[in-house]
Amino acid sequence: MKRTIPILVVLAALLAAMAVVNPFFLEPAGFLAFVKRAAPLVILAAGQYFVIVSGEFDLSVGSLVTVEVVVAARLIDGQESATWWVLLLLVAIGALVGLVNGLVTTLLSVPSFITTLGMLLILSGAVFLWTGGAPRGALSQAFRVFGRGDLGPVPWSVVILVVVAAAAVLLMRADFGKRLMATGDNDRAAALSGVRVARTRILAFVLSGLAAAVAGILLGGFAGVSAQVGQGLEFSAITAVVLGGVVLGGGRGSVVAAMAGAFSLEALFALLNLYGISGPLEYTVQGVIIIAAVAAGAAQFPSRLRAST
Amino acid sequence: MSGHGPPPVPTGERRADGGPPPGRRAGRPDGPRRTRAGRPAAGVLKEIDPTKAVYVALAATLLGGWLLVAIDGGDFLTTETIVGIQQRSAALGIVAVGQTLAILAGSLDLSVAYLISLSSLVAAEVMAGRDGAILPAVGAVLAVSALVGLVNGTLITRLRVHAFIATLGTALILRGVIDHFYDGPAGSVPVSFQSLGYDRIGPVPVAALLWAAVAVAAWVLLRRTRTGHRIYAVGGDPEVARLSGVRTGRVVVLTHVLCSVCAGIAGLLLAARLGAGAPTVGTDGGYDLESIAAVVLGGTALAGGRGGVAGTVGGVLLLAVLDSVFNQLEVNSFFKDVVRGVVIVAAVAVYALRGRKRRAA
Repeated sequence: MKRTIPILVVLAALLAAMAVVNPFFLEPAGFLAFVKRAAPLVILAAGQYFVIVSGEFDLSVGSLVTVEVVVAARLIDGQESATWWVLLLLVAIGALVGLVNGLVTTLLSVPSFITTLGMLLILSGAVFLWTGGAPRGALSQAFRVFGRGDLGPVPWSVVILVVVAAAAVLLMRADFGKRLMATGDNDRAAALSGVRVARTRILAFVLSGLAAAVAGILLGGFAGVSAQVGQGLEFSAITAVVLGGVVLGGGRGSVVAAMAGAFSLEALFALLNLYGISGPLEYTVQGVIIIAAVAAGAAQFPSRLRAST
Repeated sequence: MSGHGPPPVPTGERRADGGPPPGRRAGRPDGPRRTRAGRPAAGVLKEIDPTKAVYVALAATLLGGWLLVAIDGGDFLTTETIVGIQQRSAALGIVAVGQTLAILAGSLDLSVAYLISLSSLVAAEVMAGRDGAILPAVGAVLAVSALVGLVNGTLITRLRVHAFIATLGTALILRGVIDHFYDGPAGSVPVSFQSLGYDRIGPVPVAALLWAAVAVAAWVLLRRTRTGHRIYAVGGDPEVARLSGVRTGRVVVLTHVLCSVCAGIAGLLLAARLGAGAPTVGTDGGYDLESIAAVVLGGTALAGGRGGVAGTVGGVLLLAVLDSVFNQLEVNSFFKDVVRGVVIVAAVAVYALRGRKRRAA
C-alpha cells in the first residue's frame, strides 16, 4: 500500500492546483465534467493494470478502441433498435481480442509485446479493410447516452467508471488478484504453488480487452466517430499505470494507484491547458514528467525494485 | 541491482531464456553441440534456427510472390521490383540494425521514429540547399542523434528508468519539440545530396549500399570485437555480466548511442529522398514499432542476448518483399497490415516453439 501514497499525493496536488486556477472545478458540475472526461482513460488503465501486474504488456488497446467505435457506427448506422445487440457484440469483441492475445502469449510463448503489436496491426488493418478506408455510419442516441448523457445529476460515464473501479478493486482482493500478483512476481514460483499461470494471464488479457470495449463505448459517445479515436491510447494507458507506481515486469503495485495515475495524467493535461500550454509542447511536458516520475520512484525505493531475475 | 535498466520483457521465465554466452542458455544441460546462435554444429540442422528460418521464409515468399504475380499475369523479378524492394527496405533496415543492438543488450528504443523526423529536419535546415553545407549537416545530425541516444542510455542506466518508459518519454519530448517548431516540410536538400536517395550502381541503389555498410559494421562490432561480446553478455544476464567485470551501464549506453545514430542516418537518407526535412516522415513510416518487429522477425530475442544483425536484415527484406508482392497484386493496403501482423506473431510463435522443444529435450 505504501506505493499508492505518492501518486495519491501527486493527484491531490494536481487537483488542488486545478481548483486554484479554475474555481469552477470545486463545484460538483465542474468536478464531474473532469471525471467524465477522464473516465475512458481510467478504465483503460484499470484494464492495462491487470496485464502489466501479471508481467505482460497490452499494446493493442488503442486500436481495439478504434475498432469498437468504428464497428459500432457501421452496424448501428443511426438505427436506435440496433443499439443493444451492438453493445453486446462490442463487449464480445473486446473479450475475444483479449482472449486471443492471452492464448497466443501463454500457449504459443510469444512475448506479449509482439503478440499485442501484431494484434494492433491486424485490428487497425482489418477494421479499415471492412469499412473501406474511412469510418462510415452513425451512432444512435441510445448509444451516445453512455458517453455524454446524465443519470440524474451524475453523468453516465461516471456511474460506469465507479462500477468498473469497484469491480477492479474487488477482483484484486479476491483470490484472482492474489494469483495475478504471484504470477507477475515470479511465475515459476506461482506455478509451483498451484497457480494456473496461463489461465490467470489469459484472464488478465480478457479483462484488458473488456476495459477497452467499455472505454470505446464511452469515447464513441463522448468524442464521436473517427479513425483516430483510439490513437496512442495504449501508450497513455501504460504511462498512467506506470505513473501510479506499478512496476513494468509485474508483481508490484495496486489497481487504485493505476487508476489514480490515469486521473493524474488527465489532471495534468487539463492543468497544462489552463496554464495556456496547449498543443505540441504538452507532449514535451508529458515526456519530462513521465521520466521524472519513474526515475523518482526508482530512486525512492531502490530496495523494492525487482531484482533482475 | 546494478546500473542497468530492468529487463524489458517482464516475465521471469522468459528472462531466464537468455544465457550469458551468446546463444547458449544458462543452467541448462545444453551440451557442446549447441553453439552460438546462427551456427549450429553439424547434426542439429533439423532444429529451426531463427536466422536461417527467416531466410528460408524470405526465399519462400520470393518464390510464392513470383508464382502469384505470374498467375496474375505480371512479371515479379524485374529490375524495377528488385530496386524497389531495396529502396523500400533501406531506411527501415538501417534503423532496424541499430534497434538490434539495443535489443541485444536487453533494452529497446521507442524514440527512433521521432528522431528520424528530427534528423531529416536538422539535415535539410542546415543544408538549406547549399552543397558546401552537406558535411556540417551530416555532422549536426550525427551529433544530435548521438546526444539523444546518450540521454536515453543515461536515463535507463543512471536513473534506472525502464527502457520502455525512458524512450517513450524521449519520444514525447521530441514530438513536442518537432510539432512546436514545424507544421510542414522545411529546409531543402541540394541536388548533389539527393543522389544518396535516388542514384544506383547497376541494380543496387546507393541507399542499399549504405544499409549494407551499416549492417556489416554492426556485424563486425557484434561478432569480432570485445564490445560485441559484452553486448551479448549484458543482454543475456546483466547480473552475471556485471559479476564478470563488464561495465553493464556503459554497454547499454553505447548501444543506445549507436541505435540513435542509425536512426539519424536513416533520417539523412529520407531527407535525401524527399529533398526536404519532414516532421512526420518517421512516424508515418511507423519506424519505431516496425523496426522492433523486423528485429524480432529476424530471430533476435526481445529479452536480449540472442540473435544478430544477419537475421534482422532478413526480417527487413521479408517485410519489404511482402510489401512488394502486395503492391504488384494491387492488394488493399489495409490487408497488408493484417498479413504483416499475422506474419510477425506467427514467426515469433515458431521461434518460441523451438525454444520450448529445446527446453523439453
